Amino acid sequence: MMDYKEIISPYASLEGGIIEAFHAVQAKMNYLPEEAIIATAEVFKIPVKEAYGVATFYSYFSITPRGKNIIRICESAPCHIAGAQEVVDALEKELGIKMGETTPDGKFTLEFAQCVGQCQETPVITINGKPYGGVSPESIPQILGEYK
Amino acid sequence: MAEELRIVLRHLGKIDPMNIDDYLKAGGYQALKKARGMSPMDVIEEVKKSGLRGRGGAGFSTGQKWLFAHRMEADEKYVVCNADEGEPGTYKDRVIMENDPHSVLEGMAICAHAIGASKGYIYCRGEYPDLAKTLKNAVDQAKDKGVLGHFDIEVRLGAGAYVCGEETALIESLEGQRGEPRYRPPYPPVSGLWQKPTIVNNVETFANIAPIIEKGSAWFAGIGAAKFPGTKVLTLTGDVKNRTFIEVPTDTTIRDVIFEFGQGIAGNKKFKAVQIGGTSGGFIPETLLDTPIDFDSMRQTGATLGSGAVFVLDQDRDIVDVVTRITQFFEHESCGKCAPCREGTMRMRRIMEKINTGHGNKKDIALLERLGRVMAGACLCGLGQAAPTPVITTINNFSTDYETRLV
Ligand SMILES: Cc1cc2nc3c(=O)[nH]c(=O)nc-3n(C[C@H](O)[C@H](O)[C@H](O)COP(=O)(O)O)c2cc1C
Ligand code: FES
Repeated sequence: MMDYKEIISPYASLEGGIIEAFHAVQAKMNYLPEEAIIATAEVFKIPVKEAYGVATFYSYFSITPRGKNIIRICESAPCHIAGAQEVVDALEKELGIKMGETTPDGKFTLEFAQCVGQCQETPVITINGKPYGGVSPESIPQILGEYK
Repeated sequence: MAEELRIVLRHLGKIDPMNIDDYLKAGGYQALKKARGMSPMDVIEEVKKSGLRGRGGAGFSTGQKWLFAHRMEADEKYVVCNADEGEPGTYKDRVIMENDPHSVLEGMAICAHAIGASKGYIYCRGEYPDLAKTLKNAVDQAKDKGVLGHFDIEVRLGAGAYVCGEETALIESLEGQRGEPRYRPPYPPVSGLWQKPTIVNNVETFANIAPIIEKGSAWFAGIGAAKFPGTKVLTLTGDVKNRTFIEVPTDTTIRDVIFEFGQGIAGNKKFKAVQIGGTSGGFIPETLLDTPIDFDSMRQTGATLGSGAVFVLDQDRDIVDVVTRITQFFEHESCGKCAPCREGTMRMRRIMEKINTGHGNKKDIALLERLGRVMAGACLCGLGQAAPTPVITTINNFSTDYETRLV
């Protein structure tokens, strides 16, 4: 098992640093395992339910395992009218999964996101935080190719 | 022809944002030096006289806000930069910080001197991890050069929650809690981060401070609209030809923004509507296009300046569908702390979906109007209070779009 406390401890001295600690865990695991949340609660000396409450409040944190590569599709209005739905359809078809799911080989997860602040070229998707603007259904296979 | 005026974007493309020497060579941190030679009250007076009002949406007088915090007796006070920028269609704070991080740090340091704070935080949205690195690099370089003196700045990353842009929710999040808004009063300048007097200002607000101190309040007060002077950075999205960001004086009209800077509607189509200020802003019809973008003029028309997002729709766009999408956004982003917002955003989305799929009737419109009134009055924070705006303004300004959908 991973030594979560080793990842979390550097943030213990930061006032209110629990969110930074969760970021660090998720950077390694792609999600927040239950043991990590319990370990965080111990390090920050707060009840587990509180740590869990924080972990589940923020859309960036996931408490269920996710794929190696996380694809988020912006569904806010500017991306919506620029054809985000067609991009969703193309991604679902290409990967053979629905939004919110992970491919059986654990490589890709599809998630919806709200505006990611890259609205100069809509529609926008991000892969592991890296933005791709002006995405079309046709461009999907090539973009995914970078991660296969 | 209307022209851009770059105050907060004064260094765009002219300096290397990763190198503090560039900023220093361009006269950076001189304003901070000047401010530190002035008494805190004189700095506040100067900012007040400039007429600068918050660029994060609420339009509150920056100098007045600083004065509240200055007057408080406390062993510690905080300066917080709101870089959460979650308003859909908005990316102006990112452009400012990516290109000129030090202008924001300098503004924060001047504020710290004015209110008597020694610690600052930049709350950067989780979607901007690279930007957080740029900011941390800037803070490190500023500390190495010693320009910040005893003022310390820490960069914190958000984790994807629109409501955390609301200043008291942001403070909760900085404290390591769920980002739920607090009951007010007390307001942050009296009791904010860890119950200490705290100034929360938007990125663009801070980026205006150094030029005001350097060139004087009279210079700033003379630019743009009299009661909301200066410039505003706008981001143009949707059906405009030129989807870009601009910085213009606040007396620029919406028409100029769309048809001069945005070069009009793409694909030789006609204009239908524009939503300004982000997803909680009102939808504006053609007849109001000659309104200047300043806070008060916008408010008079029932719209808002907000974050400065400009979302344009052409004649073929389905307003009811777009607004339905927006109601999904609010349902998703409601934090759930207060019932009028938690339940209201969900009901609003359901009714909009009913209308959008051709199952709505006249009673549903009346219900939306009533629900909107209740939410505007009863919700705890601006999220729920403003959520009905796109619905209500489109019912008012684009009623035929709804009527043709009703059974
Ligand atoms: C739901 C909600 C989201 C907000 N998001 C932001 C934001 O992303 N950035 C921001 O500066 N202000 C945001 N605000 C406004 C802040 O509460 C606050 O008024 C602002 O940061 C004050 O700074 P200013 O006076 O410089 O504008 C938001 C308000 C609400 C109600
Ligand atoms: S609206 Fe999709 S990135 Fe901003």
